[in-house]
Amino acid sequence: MDKMTQLLKLLEKTDSIEINEFRMDFDELELQIVPAVQQAIKKSQKQREKEMLEAIKFVPPIDSYPGEVAEVQLGAGKRKSVYLGGQKALYRFEEPQPNPPVVTFDVFDIPMPGLPRPIREHFEDVMEHPGEWAKKAVKEFGANMVTIHLIGTGPKVMDKTPREAAQDIEEVLQAVNVPLVIGASGDPKKDPIILEAAAQAAEDERCLLASANLDLDYKRIARAAINHNHAVLSWSITDVNMQKTLNRYLMKEGLNAEDIVMDPTTCALGYGIEFSIDVTTRTRLAALKGDKDLQMPMSSGTTNAWGSREAWMKNENWGPTEYRGPIWETITGLTMMLCGVDIFMMLHPASVKILTEIGNTFTKEYMTSDLPDVSEWITQLEN
Amino acid sequence: MRATAMDIYRLLPKTNCAKCGEASCMAFATKLSEKEADVSLCTQMTDKERDKLQEVLAPAVREVLIGTGENAITIGGDEVLYRYELTYYNPTSLVIEVSDDLSDEEFEDKVKKVDEFEFERTGEKLKLNAIAIRNKSGSTEKFTQAVNKLKDSRLPLILCSFDTDSMEAALKIVGDKRPLIYAATENNLGTMASLALEYDCPLTLFVPHDLEKMKELSWALRSKGVKNIVLDPGTFVKGGTGDTLDEFRMIRRLAVEKKDPDFRFPIMGVPAIYWLFGKENDVVKGIRESITAAKLMNSYADILIIHGTEMWELIPVLTLRQSLYTDPRKPQAVDAGLYEFGKLDENSPIIVTTNFALTYYTVEGDLKSGKANCYLLVVDTGGRAVDVSIAGNQFTGKAVAELIKEVGIEDKVTHRKLIIPGLGAPVSGEIEDDTGWEVMVGPRDSSEVPDFLGKLAEEASK
Ligand code: B12
Ligand code: SF4
Repeated sequence: MDKMTQLLKLLEKTDSIEINEFRMDFDELELQIVPAVQQAIKKSQKQREKEMLEAIKFVPPIDSYPGEVAEVQLGAGKRKSVYLGGQKALYRFEEPQPNPPVVTFDVFDIPMPGLPRPIREHFEDVMEHPGEWAKKAVKEFGANMVTIHLIGTGPKVMDKTPREAAQDIEEVLQAVNVPLVIGASGDPKKDPIILEAAAQAAEDERCLLASANLDLDYKRIARAAINHNHAVLSWSITDVNMQKTLNRYLMKEGLNAEDIVMDPTTCALGYGIEFSIDVTTRTRLAALKGDKDLQMPMSSGTTNAWGSREAWMKNENWGPTEYRGPIWETITGLTMMLCGVDIFMMLHPASVKILTEIGNTFTKEYMTSDLPDVSEWITQLEN
Repeated sequence: MRATAMDIYRLLPKTNCAKCGEASCMAFATKLSEKEADVSLCTQMTDKERDKLQEVLAPAVREVLIGTGENAITIGGDEVLYRYELTYYNPTSLVIEVSDDLSDEEFEDKVKKVDEFEFERTGEKLKLNAIAIRNKSGSTEKFTQAVNKLKDSRLPLILCSFDTDSMEAALKIVGDKRPLIYAATENNLGTMASLALEYDCPLTLFVPHDLEKMKELSWALRSKGVKNIVLDPGTFVKGGTGDTLDEFRMIRRLAVEKKDPDFRFPIMGVPAIYWLFGKENDVVKGIRESITAAKLMNSYADILIIHGTEMWELIPVLTLRQSLYTDPRKPQAVDAGLYEFGKLDENSPIIVTTNFALTYYTVEGDLKSGKANCYLLVVDTGGRAVDVSIAGNQFTGKAVAELIKEVGIEDKVTHRKLIIPGLGAPVSGEIEDDTGWEVMVGPRDSSEVPDFLGKLAEEASK
């Protein structure tokens, strides 16, 4: 290589070069180098511009995911179906999720005097009849689903029989055409028996049986779901490994990922919500990374929020509980929604409305919604 | 990826001279990687070496300092996308906006409210962090008048105006207090950048709903030498929620995973914008603003500008902040032991609880507000709540028995009775057996404890 090509080669790769002890005849410089260097400099400037454009080019940070979340169908036959899950990516800008998160309204088989006042006042007139209660939730408050809690079957509550439980289920099924979540009382001995009776009463309606956990006869619940065509809620207590184990056991009984929804436990805002954030996030990331034991949609018992003092306790300085309660429930649910949760069990109509509205944006493509102009907010905002 | 102790060690002098206060360079490197020491403690490096180390240590999201003195706030500093991977740093700053178009009285009222705002939760006093003065009037004169009123503000300031003359006038007054300038936009970038450099103040870059342009302008600011940048990609609500979430998350992912220098800055959200669009009444708007704030805080916002000042609106936002920014590596616990409330004598009742911070401070708050007189025995359950530690076997008869011996309560009271939480019922027998004391199961919620103790005292005096 002659000096010239060497120099040009150097200029190609660098923005500037330091030339030490470089000597040349004036003539040579005049005749050969000047135009060549000029050309080289021009070229490197172009190069630099190109690099600059490259540097400021915006590329959306889209990751790829080997795994995906199973899609679970709830509601079948004449019932309006609702689909949960099906995500192939973590965020909407990577790929919008196929199904929006859904909210299911809590309804009880007994009048529930203990419900907080801001909720009771909406349902006072229908609390004697779970069917009417469910109807009101759907008709007036736009519920996509209803959860019927068979609290009355608790041995210490009213000790209702499996037969009575089945009747309550029939009443609610008659009253509404949305899918149901069927919850028992939380008694580890009786729950499987009650859920079995309820599953039979709701044959082929594809309800979600709530819930199987490691402390009760989960096999019986799994079998009831398989025999009568339902899905199962798999509940663990803020513990990813516990969740994996339980899911694996349920799948061993014959359920598929499409028949399971997970409840990793929702600790309310201010009462351990950070534990739920961590567990839920880890669970969803594991699913997308390909962990077959965790590729199910997730559920949140958002109503836990009403147990928080800030939601119910009278305190003049804190303002009215009418506002605090719904905000507490909404933010608890919203936080879980942003971690990937697909279905929310909730109580207050206002919370349900806000959460549904936010969730509905999750299925839209990025940059396809009409957005208002906010560029002059400093002057436009009222005092 | 974050620098490991080994990466850092390589850049240290490796003389183990111990001048930094650590026994060895490796120990110092470990401290640095945990963010528990400052580079300047090692006096054995040249400036160039130190700069190089600083660069390696710089968090994925740059830290930006706003204000001066003890109330100054630092925003940014995060290293990870998900808090469980490490922890989040520098809790989201909550800023309340005050318009320059308010009457003197309204202005003073609002500022006072912000200044005095306080909500105590689990032993921590949660507060608001800064005031944003908003050039609503559009007039330079009104803006400077408002800024003048806050010249001696205890809280740091955000100056909000797109007008460069107004900004310059305001900076002439408070430029030495390191306010955050809001904002450089496509239209005023050059002048705002010069002002930021001249007054050495951090600068917000406001580019609504256009990350492409945001990157370009951030690059432009950086090449002008502006180092302290805050990014506001615009806050959209209702149907725009999805786009705003996308943008916040993209910015943070670009910073943490791609180390994109144009996006490695704190993010600003403006929930106040909700008040522009909601046609509802003020209560509904307050509720929605609160929820918007929570949404953005959950999606990486490092600083939020809020309009409302109602307690019920801000409590949930402050609580969420406290939760998000707890360190997942540390249990939230108080010291176990014996605590005293009110007037005590040898007949005073003894109640028992666990050392989970939330549990302890809830009980403490109830005892104080109910003016209870009692001893509180706090059991070390590794920072777990009552029912959690019963489920996990940390709240046991043995633990209580040992604690009784340790704190010497036997010499302080003549009776031998303990009152345990309602949720502690399953272990009441066990505690009786192991301590030999009589155990009484109290109410479920500690707010009922003062009344409960009152009734006991009444019965005893009969
Ligand atoms: C957050 C949480 C966790 C967190 C822990 C947080 C912590 N640092 O403690 C994590 C995720 C780690 C966790 C783990 C587990 N948890 Co958990 N957890 C909860 C949750 C959601 C909230 C607990 C809480 O913070 N309560 C708030 C505090 C302030 O309440 P508190 O301590 O009880 O105090 C109140 C009262 O007791 C009373 N009080 C307190 N002191 C005193 C004193 C006196 C004298 C009186 C009168 C009253 C009183 O007033 C206080 C204010 O109301 C509860 C469900 C719920 N309760 O909502 C489940 C819950 C407690 N967990 C449960 C379980 C089973 C577990 C695990 C065993 C599960 C597992 N993964 O293995 C583990 C156990 C871990 C261990 N101990 O080793 C079960 C317990 C069931 C039971 N009763 O047997 C619960 C009830 C969930 C459920 N419904 O099943 N958990
Ligand atoms: S002062 Fe610097 S050189 Fe000396 S031990 Fe500490 S880190 Fe090493």
